[in-house]
This record gives sequence, structure tokens and C-alpha cells, in this order.
Amino acid sequence: MGLVMADDAKHRNVLAAIVYRLRWWLVTGALLVAFTLWTGEFHQAQTTAILASTLRHSTPLVLGALCGMLGERSGVINIGIEGQMLMSAWGGFMVASATGDLLIGVLAGVAVGMLMGAVLAGISVGLRGDQIIAGTVLNIAAIGITSFFFTQGRTLPSGKLRPIRLGPLADLPVAGRVLFSNKPITYLTLLLVPVVWFGLFRTTWGLRTRAVGEHPSAAETVGISVVGMRYLNLILGGGIAGLAGAYLSLEAVGSFERGMTNGKGFVALAVMIFGRWNPIGAWGAALLFGYASAVQTQFQFRDWLTSDPQFVGMIPFVVTIVVLAGFVGRARPPASIGQPYSRE
Amino acid sequence: MNIRSALVPVLAVALAIAVGAVIIALSGSSPVDAYRALIEGSLSDPKSIGRTLEKATPLVMGGLAVAFAFKAGLFNIGGQGQLVVGAIIAGAVGYGISDLPWIIHAPLALLVGALAGAAWGAIPGVLKATRGAHEVITTIMLNFVALNLTDWLASKVWREPGVIVRTPRIEPSAEIPRWGEIPTGFFLAVVAALACWYLLRGTTFGFEIQSVGLNADAARYAGISVRRIFVTTMAISGMLAGLGGAIETNGIVGRYEPGFNAGLGFEGITIALLARTHPLGVIPAAILIGAMQAGGSMMQFKADVQPEITKIIQALILVFVATPIIVRWLLNKREADELSVSSTWGS
Amino acid sequence: MSQVSEATPALEAIGIHKRFGGVVANDDVNLRVEKGRIHALLGENGAGKSTLVNILFGLYRADRGEVRVAGEVVNLGRPRDAIDRGIGMVHQHFQLVPVLTVAENVVLGDEPSRSHTMFDFGAARRAVQELGERYGLEVDPEAVVEDLPVGTQQRVEILRSLYRRADVLILDEPTAVLTPQETDQLLEVLRGLADQGVAIVFITHKLREVLAIADEVTVMRDGRVVGSTTPGETDEAGLAEMMVGRSVVLRVSKTPASPAATVLRVNDLCVDDDRGLRAVNELSLEVRAGEILGVAGVEGNGQRELVEAVTGLRSVVSGIVEMDGHNITGLSPRQISELGMAHIPENREKHGLVGAHSVADNLVLNQYYRAPFARRGFRRMDTVTEHSRSLVADYDIRTPDVFTPARALSGGNKQKTIAAREFSQGARLLVAAQPTRGIDVGSIEFVHQQLIDQRDRGLAVLLISAELDEILSLSDRIGVIYGGRLVVVADASDLDRIRIGRIMTTGSHDTPAT
Repeated sequence: MGLVMADDAKHRNVLAAIVYRLRWWLVTGALLVAFTLWTGEFHQAQTTAILASTLRHSTPLVLGALCGMLGERSGVINIGIEGQMLMSAWGGFMVASATGDLLIGVLAGVAVGMLMGAVLAGISVGLRGDQIIAGTVLNIAAIGITSFFFTQGRTLPSGKLRPIRLGPLADLPVAGRVLFSNKPITYLTLLLVPVVWFGLFRTTWGLRTRAVGEHPSAAETVGISVVGMRYLNLILGGGIAGLAGAYLSLEAVGSFERGMTNGKGFVALAVMIFGRWNPIGAWGAALLFGYASAVQTQFQFRDWLTSDPQFVGMIPFVVTIVVLAGFVGRARPPASIGQPYSRE
Repeated sequence: MNIRSALVPVLAVALAIAVGAVIIALSGSSPVDAYRALIEGSLSDPKSIGRTLEKATPLVMGGLAVAFAFKAGLFNIGGQGQLVVGAIIAGAVGYGISDLPWIIHAPLALLVGALAGAAWGAIPGVLKATRGAHEVITTIMLNFVALNLTDWLASKVWREPGVIVRTPRIEPSAEIPRWGEIPTGFFLAVVAALACWYLLRGTTFGFEIQSVGLNADAARYAGISVRRIFVTTMAISGMLAGLGGAIETNGIVGRYEPGFNAGLGFEGITIALLARTHPLGVIPAAILIGAMQAGGSMMQFKADVQPEITKIIQALILVFVATPIIVRWLLNKREADELSVSSTWGS
Repeated sequence: MSQVSEATPALEAIGIHKRFGGVVANDDVNLRVEKGRIHALLGENGAGKSTLVNILFGLYRADRGEVRVAGEVVNLGRPRDAIDRGIGMVHQHFQLVPVLTVAENVVLGDEPSRSHTMFDFGAARRAVQELGERYGLEVDPEAVVEDLPVGTQQRVEILRSLYRRADVLILDEPTAVLTPQETDQLLEVLRGLADQGVAIVFITHKLREVLAIADEVTVMRDGRVVGSTTPGETDEAGLAEMMVGRSVVLRVSKTPASPAATVLRVNDLCVDDDRGLRAVNELSLEVRAGEILGVAGVEGNGQRELVEAVTGLRSVVSGIVEMDGHNITGLSPRQISELGMAHIPENREKHGLVGAHSVADNLVLNQYYRAPFARRGFRRMDTVTEHSRSLVADYDIRTPDVFTPARALSGGNKQKTIAAREFSQGARLLVAAQPTRGIDVGSIEFVHQQLIDQRDRGLAVLLISAELDEILSLSDRIGVIYGGRLVVVADASDLDRIRIGRIMTTGSHDTPAT
């Protein structure tokens, strides 16, 4: 009985702790909502458009951040997310364009991402190369391969992925359009966030991943294969980055353009750090960044800076720098990060 | 650089070219024709050699920028941003001021361009030193900011009247002359490489930089201000890239045009690693990559191979130079000098 | 299953060979460990003990030789193989994940789970509680490991092996980080485990512990087994001679100190650690010229933060550090060094040397910018080389030449390189943290003698060491640090090992032993 009560108190403390830890999020969120309402002048269509745009912009970022997180939680820095996304966007588009089947295209994008994850693992884990250089290799290779093997003028015979309306929910004001009439990869992303969280913190795979990232030799001495876990996580993460790539070419744009990732893979890293290597935190951070991008829409409504689009274009990058400078010093990454692991 | 350590990059290049040949063959073209066209377009006569050195000049500077930062354990991926900032500022000084004698105007434009690059490069240095923000992300973000900023400057502030977005042609007094087919700027780049080499080797400042790069903790314990080294090294690295941009504007192109030399930051990384971060090794590495660029269009014209194949070859070169085990296996070397830049992530 | 009789050893190593590059770490090593017995493996640093047990645990692979568990030849390619054979190991550097809880660490790798994926927190917690009760090793299963004291972390390591039903338990230098009282508790626990039938391999270089606990002793030197004996057949001197190969002076000879003016004065110093928690709390001390003040204490009681604050490497929350009457609080490490403070850091590889730099460069690592080693920002390599050659000779640093990278030197020679650098700059005060950790006996003697000699020449020395013997044999005055406070400071002659140990453990010198 005493134990039950203790547990109860603990749960209450946990709730308080969560609220306390998220206090800046709550404050920021409240401010953003206020700002949106103010600039939107309570105009339902504008508010809806901005929120929907926020969610759209956040999707590749949160996927990229989840990819980086799986790597870093197991001790491998992945700065090649940009390259993984670009290659998958290209691969997914080429396959979808050739087969005419969007689903196969998405699967191909995921497969390309996993392959890129395997290459990253091969260089940084298998061959013990420097992790940052390995990621840079992915980025450069992706630029080279996607432009070398890209033929102009290809299209998607069946168009891009279409929204799925979730029955009557989709008819709700604001929320209906923002949340319940999205396209498939967006729904999948909203599902992946809690799934990855559950995986990292509630399963044996997650426990082992975190052990490998924090103290690889400790994991090895209890029989966990450090190399195996890192390969697994980088490949899984690659698949998630692949989904982000497929999102860009098959869901958001409907075609492939050279360099279409436009730095999103790097912004995703900042999202991951800002979210403190936690899927839920990263999702919140991605929404913030998504908002920073969606603000362009807002500016168009207000007719601000429309003659100088370059300044609007800078916003997400400047926000990333500010966030990194403000937060990274206080966040604590997995301890073994950046170090190649070898047993002897 | 002794013979053995010079062997590693040579082997890496050879392997990459071999794998590149396979890719060309797979895409349905003849690798022999492609490589022959590549050499023809880059090294066959004074004109093509001049073109190679023209391409190599900013590459030497971009490679130096990366290699120099590496010495302090910093990974500067922001070479491109620093370069375009230096380039547009030098271009503005080049066309905006008239009635100056050549002996003052040309160096002034280069100097201001270099300082602009230094200032741009110092930002990530300061952010790392004071806030712990990792330079890999901040430099990349600053690349995007710099591209937007210079785009705006070129299209709004310093725009040449007309449809093309670019700055006006620089005054003749700001031009860096050519020496026959060879741009004099190339010699400036060589001098910069020599200066970096001596700075690192013979000065106390260079010793501080290398100590921080090899073991920042021990350097701090020995009384070296690691933060100061981060800021100054990034500023110098940015200055080298900015000077590269200034030379490009005032010595080769004659004005600033948005979009020129996109991706130079990444080429700088390949060159720096290929040179094994040795400032003098940067020169041949840059000439090699410059030759690939110079011969690229000839390759497309004569062998119908897209010039982007050179990007793939570069990535392959990177794989081979960045992976110590491949190198060790190739050379049967017990202890290869391993490059490491990942140690300061997030701390 | 082969038959296990009383005569079959629980674990046996036969003819083990292992080389690392050019160094032979194990040369035809044999070891026989019986069920229910405590077997001490004795030897100096670098004698090959750790290599042997790492082979027995599957972390390294022997070049030649075989390992038998309960009479059966086994192939131990990975730690998993050893664990599956019932071999458990408590590592010298704890192999625990700091951010995970005790329960998570104990079960890691063999987690109780529901439907093979979900981690069963409750089952893990119960397992730790049950094991703790059965073996007298109670630990809070919910505690996060990094918040626990070192002695408790060690219990977690032992629990982890017991959770995997180990019947052979290998402990690599388990007492190196413990206070005398914690050591006694550990020995008790080990005796209890042996009585329940566990075979124990106990690695140490501390003779007293061997005599106190071991049933059998195997002594190693230079990668070979040089003898086997039992505590009944020998004594400390005999073991020491076997271990070192010559008779050793176990005590440093020194004359009484003749302290002069106060050089270092620390007043009400408060310092925070990396996590922002108070690590040094209103600490005050004084060191005079010509004396050694030894600070004893269990690691993690604020020693590191104290050293870093005094040397200018860490910012001070409040309080004052004075040197020769000047306030040096808040000055940079370089400014403090120029005022005459030398520092031998605790972690020589990480903080003391730039491994890739030459020995010569390391010998001027904090002097490189001054005359005669530089002029107007340009280095003068000939004077650097000349200076380093004379230091290499004076301090007997064994290196092929002064251009060799420092990382190629042995631990003892690395430490001599640091000592040479710090002693040669004419400092008034030396802060020496763990100056002999992990180095061979010859180098230890050398460094100790240097510390005494420099003291006699008027150097003020602040010595921080977790090695109680070192504190006792070198210090003129001794302070004990506990929870960031200096609990007691007294003349060395007024304190004995038992009393210091008690203060180290409890933070109080009034409480009687429990």
C-alpha cells in the first residue's frame, strides 16, 4: 500500500516535472498562437493556412531529426541527413516516375535512405572513419549522383500523393484542415514520433541503443554488439530520412529538383539538438521551425517584405543559428558521440 | 610530407578514377574517351592550362580555408558563404571607387574582400567559443544566409542596370592582370598557401593552433586560450575564403554574378582532405580538381558524359582519403595519421 | 557436460601468449582458480594482469594458449561467450552507463521483457532487490548510476555479474578507488561470495590486501608468472620482492620540512562542478614554501574542482585564492602560471600532454611563447631542442629522441615528461594531482624523490591523491576532503591511516568506527 502511494506521488511529480521541463515550450507556443491570431486578425482561413503550412514544413524536419537521433543515441553523428534526403527524394521520384506507382516510389525512397544509412555506417562504424567526414561524403556524393543521373523532363504519371480526409473529423473548423485532411507521409510522421519515443524509452532495443551511445564498452562487456546496434540504428534512421526525401519529391512538390533539400537536413540536426535528442521534443522544435518557414505565408498576407524575398528566405537559417547558440551549450548529447569504437 | 603519406592521396585519386570509369561505362559511355576529353580540355595547351589554373585559384583558397581550420580541430563548411561575401564586397569596392591608382585600388579591393570573409568566418568562431554551437551547422546555415544576402545585394543594392542580376564591371584600376594565359591570382593563392604553411610551422600562434587542434584540453591546461584560437582561426579561415572570392571577382570574372562557384565549400573539403590538411598539399589537390572542372565541358561535348561525374569522383576520393582502414590496408601501415573533427560535437 | 569434481578448477588459463605490436603483454601465462577460493593476481602496473583477465573475459583474444572453464576448453571470442560460461568481471574503470538507473545497468544485455520487445522495468527492479538481499549488496534499483558514490557503483558491477549467475568473478583492481573502510566491506562481501562457492580472481598491487584476503596468490612480472604462493608462506617484503624483482624501499626517505612563508592561501572557496552542483564548499587551506600539503579523500569529493579553481581553469563562485599575497582569483591559467604556479594534472593523456606533439614541444607546452623559446612571435626551434635534450637527460625520460611524439612513450615516461616541464620552470608552487597514478614502481620512486627534493629547495606543494599510501609517505601536513570541505588539517604525524580512512568515509573525525 505504501508502495502504491509512493508510486502515485511519483507520477504526480513526473507530471509536474514534465510541465516544468516544457515551460519554455509552453510559453513559446502561447506566444506563437497569440502572434498568429493577432496577425491573422482572427481570420479563420489565414490562421488555418498558417497552421497547415507549419505542419507541412515541420514534416521533413522532424523526420530528419528522428534520423539524426537514432544515430546519435547510438553514438554516431550523422551530418549526412541532407544527402540521405536528397538521394531518397531523387530515388523515390525516379522509381515512381518509371513505375507510375507512388507507393513503390515511397518505398524506393525509404530503401535508398536505408542504403545511404548503411554506407554511413560502413564508413564510420565498420571502417572507423571520422563520422563528420563520413557524413560529408554522403552529402557530396548525393549532389553528384542526383545531378549526374537526373534526366530533365520526367514527371509523375499519377501526380503527387493526395490528401486523405479522415471522415467527419476533416470537416471540423481549422483542426479539420490542419490535422485531419493531410497526405499519407504527414500522417505517418505524426505516428512515427510517439513510436520512436516508445522505442527509445520503453523497449529493450531503446535501452541498448542508449547504452551503446553513452558507454559503448559497457554495452560490449554485457554482450551487446556495439557495431551491430550502430549499423541497425543508422540503417533505420536512413529509412526515416528516406521517408523525408520521398515526402519532398512525391508529397510536397511532385517532382525532383536539383538540391531540393535546400539545407533541411542540417536544420533537422538543429531541431534534434533543440529537442534534446527526444522525439517529442524534436517534434515541438520542428513545429517551431516549421512556423518560421510558414511565416512566409503570413508575410504574404500582410504584404511584408514581398519585394525582398531573400530576407524571408533567410529566416529558417537564422532561427537555426540562434537556437543552436542559445541551447546547445545547455543540452547534453550522448556521451560517446563522435568516437569510432574498437574493442582492442 | 614524406613519400609514404603522399602515397595515400595518390592511391585515393587512382581508385576514385577507376571507380568513376566503371560508372561512366555503366551509364553507356566510353571511359577512355571521357578521360581523354577531360585531359584535353584541361591540360593540353596553354589556353586549357590557363583555364585549369583559373578554376584552381579559388579552389586553392577554399581548400586552404578548410585545411587551416582543420589544424585547430574546426570543420569549416562555410567556405562558400565566406567566399561569396568576399567576392561581392571586393566587386563593390572594384566598381564603386574610381580615380584610384592601380597600386592602391587592386590591393584595397582584395583586402576589403578578405576582411569581409574574415568577419563572416568569425561569426561561427564566436558562436562556438562563447555558446558552444558546433561550427558545422552554423557555417552551413551561414552559407544559406550569405547566399540570400549577396543575392539581395546583387539584385537590389549594387545591381547593374539591365535584366541580368549582377554587379557592374569593376574599374580597370581594380583588376588583377593576367600573365599570358595564367591568372596572376593563382600566384597570390600560392603565396597564401606558403604563408599558412609558415604560420603553422614557425610561429607561436601556429603552435597554439596546432596544440588546440590536437588536444584542446591539454592546450587549455597549458594556458592557451582555446576560445581565442577558435575565433582567430575561423576568422583567418574565412579570410582565406573571402580572398579567394575577391580574386575570383577582380582577377577572373571581373564582376560579381550570383551563383558562380556554387558548391565551392564542398570542393574545399575534398581538397583539404586530399592534401591531408597540409597547406602546400592544397596546391596540387586544387589543380587536380580544377582540371576536372576545366575539362568537364569538353568531356560533355566530346564523350557525352555529364560533368557531374566529377562530383562523384570527388566523393569517392573523399571516401578513400577519409577512411583510415582502407589506407592502412593499402599501405600496410600500422599507424595512419587519422583525421578527426568529430571530437567537439555538442560540447 | 563434463563431470565437475573437486579437483577440476573453476577456471584455468594454460600457456597464454598475447602481443600488442612489439610489446609482449602475456608470455606463457598459467593460472588456476578453484571453486570457492579467492585467488589474488599480484603485479605492478604493466605486468600483464589486466591483459590476462581481459583474455579470460573475452575482451581480447590470446595469440596462443587455451582457457578452460570447469575443465572444458572454451573459445572466448566476445564477452558474451564468457558471460554465458558463468564468468563475471568487475572492471577497473566501471563499465556502467552513467545516465541509466541501477536496475537498467544490472540487467542490460539480458533484459527481462514482455513479448520480446518491451522492457520490463518492474522485473528488473525486483531482480536487483532480490540479489541485493541474498548477497548483502543492497542498492536502490531506481537510483541513477552517475549520482552514486564510487563504492556503490562497484556494488552495481558485482550485482550485474551475479544477475548473470556468475560462478567465477574477476575483479580488476577493485580497491584502487575505495577508502580503507570500503575496502574492508568489499573484502567481506567477497569472502561471503566465496563461501557460497564463487571462485574469485582478485587483481591488485596492494600487498596488504593480498595477505588479508587471498587463499592463493599468483605473482606476475613483465608479462610472466614469476611465482605462486599462499599468504601463509610469505610476507609483505617477500611479495614485494617477487613483484618488482628486487627489494624495494617501501617508504620515501625524507627529512622533516622547514616551512617558510605562506605561498598559497585559499579562503572560503566555493566552486561548482560541470553540472552546476556545488563541488567545493567554503574550503580554506594554506600551503607554505618548503612543505607538502597532502589532500586525501575519496575521488569525487571536490578534488578536481579544487585543483581547477586554484589553477584558473574553472571559475570560482565565491571565495579567494591568493598566491604570495596577491589575489589570483579569476585570473587566466596563463596569468597564474606566470606568477609561478606549476601543475601536474590528474589526467596526463588528456590534460598533460599533446600526444601528437614531439617530446620537445611537450616540454615547452606552457613556455613556448617566451624567451628563449620564441622571439617576436616566431619560435626558436634550436633552443627548444637544446632545452628538451637537457631535460630528457636530467629527468631520465626514456625516448628514442626529443622529436618522438609523446604518445609513443610509456606511462611513466609521459609522467616524467610532465614533471620535467613543471619542475623546470622555477615555480613557487606546485599543484600535483594523482602524480603517480598508473605508472611503474621505478617512475613512482623517481617522481616521489623529485617532489621531496623540490620541497627541500623551497617549493610549496599541494598534493592531491586518492592513494592513501602516497599521501602518508610524502606529506608534511595532511588534509582530508569530504563533500567539498576540508574536514581536518593536521600534521602528518598526528594522523594515521585508520583515522584518515574514517574521515574519508564519513566526513567526521569524531564518530567511532562502526
